[in-house]
Amino acid sequence: MPRVHDRGGWSTNEPIDRSDHQLTDWERRIDALHGVLGAKGLRTTDEMRRAIESLEPELYESMSYYEKWTAALEILLLEKGVLSKEEINQQVASSKGQE
Amino acid sequence: MATDASVKYRINDLVKVRVASPPGHFRTPTYIQGKTGQIVALCGVFPNPESLAHAGSGLPKQPLYRVEFEQSEVWAEYPGPAKDKILVDIYQHWLEPVEAPGEP
Repeated sequence: MPRVHDRGGWSTNEPIDRSDHQLTDWERRIDALHGVLGAKGLRTTDEMRRAIESLEPELYESMSYYEKWTAALEILLLEKGVLSKEEINQQVASSKGQE
Repeated sequence: MATDASVKYRINDLVKVRVASPPGHFRTPTYIQGKTGQIVALCGVFPNPESLAHAGSGLPKQPLYRVEFEQSEVWAEYPGPAKDKILVDIYQHWLEPVEAPGEP
């Protein structure tokens, strides 16, 4: 049974969305963070792929490209003990307070 | 120290892709599993991504081959020209030898 990312050969009548979109600031920041963490040896391409592939199918389908990257970086940083769930939750809560 | 897996196949050798769905990360798409193709190039010998994906050493390194398949063999109702090929890069541990037709 192929996993969610292994799509080659799945039959579908859905058209492929070829539309382009402007990158937002947060997407650029995630891209930069991804690069920095790679340069510091805190994540590899293979680990990123594995983390993205481990997302629940419904989550995977609902997320945009950089949302998947963000989720994968979170998985890897938690795994490596660089960040804790508490730290992430606190930061999210305080960012929401600033909106 | 783990030694690298030795290069087992040569250009023009026929190979069959293993059918497997191991837990964790792997790079062999399901649509090509079980198909028979022909080695057209050795791309190099690389750390195994299945190990790297889980923060492993990637050792022993695995030879990576470019394997050519007939599109019509891969897709049951392939609508394109019969001569069309598909090239897939596949690590050695996913391949099994196939004897060329006519050979003992």
